[in-house]
Amino acid sequence: MHIHFLDPYQSGSSLIHNTDARVKLILVLAFIFATALIPVGAWAVYALLLVIVLASEFLSGIGLGYFLKRATLALPFILAALPLVFTIPGIPLFGFTIGPWDFSASSLGLERFASIALKSWISIQMAVLLTATTPFPDILVGMRSLKIPRLLVAIFGLMWRYLFVFADEGLRLLRARAARSGVSENPGLRSGGTISWRAQTTGGMAGNLFVRSIERSDRIYAAMLARGYDGEIRSLPQMKMQSFNWAVLFLGGVIIGLVLALSILVGN
Amino acid sequence: MLLSAEAMHIPDGFLSFFVYMLTWIISILLVGYALRRVGRDLDERQLPMMGVLAAAIFAGQMLNFAIAGGTSGHLMGSALAMILMGPWAAILIMTSVVSIQALIFQDGGLLALGANIFNMGIVGVAVAYMVYQTIIKFSGKNKKGVLVAGFSAAWISVFIAALFVALELVVSGTSPARLAFPAMAGVHALIGIGEGLITVGALTFMLSARPDLILGEQTSRTGARLVWLTGLILAVVLVIAAPLASSRPDGLEWVAMQTGFIDQAQASFYQIIPDYLLPGVANEALATIAAGLLGILIIAGVGLGVAYTRRKGKFFGS
Repeated sequence: MHIHFLDPYQSGSSLIHNTDARVKLILVLAFIFATALIPVGAWAVYALLLVIVLASEFLSGIGLGYFLKRATLALPFILAALPLVFTIPGIPLFGFTIGPWDFSASSLGLERFASIALKSWISIQMAVLLTATTPFPDILVGMRSLKIPRLLVAIFGLMWRYLFVFADEGLRLLRARAARSGVSENPGLRSGGTISWRAQTTGGMAGNLFVRSIERSDRIYAAMLARGYDGEIRSLPQMKMQSFNWAVLFLGGVIIGLVLALSILVGN
Repeated sequence: MLLSAEAMHIPDGFLSFFVYMLTWIISILLVGYALRRVGRDLDERQLPMMGVLAAAIFAGQMLNFAIAGGTSGHLMGSALAMILMGPWAAILIMTSVVSIQALIFQDGGLLALGANIFNMGIVGVAVAYMVYQTIIKFSGKNKKGVLVAGFSAAWISVFIAALFVALELVVSGTSPARLAFPAMAGVHALIGIGEGLITVGALTFMLSARPDLILGEQTSRTGARLVWLTGLILAVVLVIAAPLASSRPDGLEWVAMQTGFIDQAQASFYQIIPDYLLPGVANEALATIAAGLLGILIIAGVGLGVAYTRRKGKFFGS
């Protein structure tokens, strides 16, 4: 079994897929940045942002379900903001008592919590859209054009190239462990040793993975030398942007600008 | 989220503008410096090694072991990367791991990437280096010393990084101090033990399979007094600040309020503008109508765009 399913890229030929990776990277970052700037409780603006995200998702031709599923990833973190509902003073909405503690929810706290959750949900969907419609090598090219240092982009690229190889190795290690571990059908019987023993076994597997990776990197280095590597990292020259991409960049910029302008109007 | 190491990856939407910017600035400066250091001292061979090791750490985070009640422990890897490659290269490796997680797998936000690089890449590596080097100095570079130093470095890297997550959330006004600190500290003191045990297991394996990787002296490992000092300062500041902050939250909440003022200044900026934005539309009702029209215009534009490209798509058969 190979672990290609890790790659979130969904091939397609939609407008969004065909847009230059540099344009998408810039617009997605600008969109998330703008989302962060919108003040708490500006519901109309949030709705607008959501419409833009949903429209872009619809345009990509990938089912909306895919985005909704991936966007739930950040959901557990919402717990961190939950206490706000009860700790921000304000007009109490409802209250309850658990043991010695009294909880009373304030509307201000609730508003702040809902804003955080909504902003987070909107931002993550835009990020999912970027990776679902852009092959990672194209994103790397986009990063180069955003002046991210060559060495860092080279490490990103190498990491991406071998990610699937090592994910496969990791899966093989896990399968080997499962194959050698007995589990009793009697739920009362605990399988495996102590937690410390189990952790050390897992550590052995991790160490195995690292030794293999370092030995593989020696072979990769030899292969790079054989192909003329001299310590200098070279990358292909940037492609010229077509006028279509300039148009998308301009339109996207205008939309984000309008949303920010609107948030100023609604802010009162 | 408080039950898994995933609590380390902050998504977008949770930090205040001030914290986003501050963590980005610190991360860019330190990663930039690490890039210069590694670029200067780089043995050519280390470029593929850093990329491949970053991939291996990503895969290593998949390996898990059952603890109890459906929870499982797994690896963050800052300490192991530091032990294998030295602090500067480890900062770059962890930066790559965290960046790819955010970019490709949405594990952590894009705007929050600065904070996540800072927590796991810089704090995690620096405090691990500080503890590891200090213990090795006393014990000498033998098997037992390496294992003890490795366990301690792994534990503290998780613990302090988690406290920084709490600090960022509190300063952003997202979590209350008297809850965030004890919760994050308590849970990650345990998760850190898991990290420590896995690290010891990995080191034991490597010490018998390839002892040269651990015990050998590598050029990149030397001359990192700056990292040692940074690690010490970060650890000391938080270990002192966290109990103080959770027992007497006034201090941090004051910071949150100060940065909250920045947000509020932003909000009042929003309040002032409408009076001046559209001259002649000083009337509040008119401004609201204008805002509504603008919103309808944007929605109509987006909708028309979608409809248009859909129709065009049919002609081109895409």
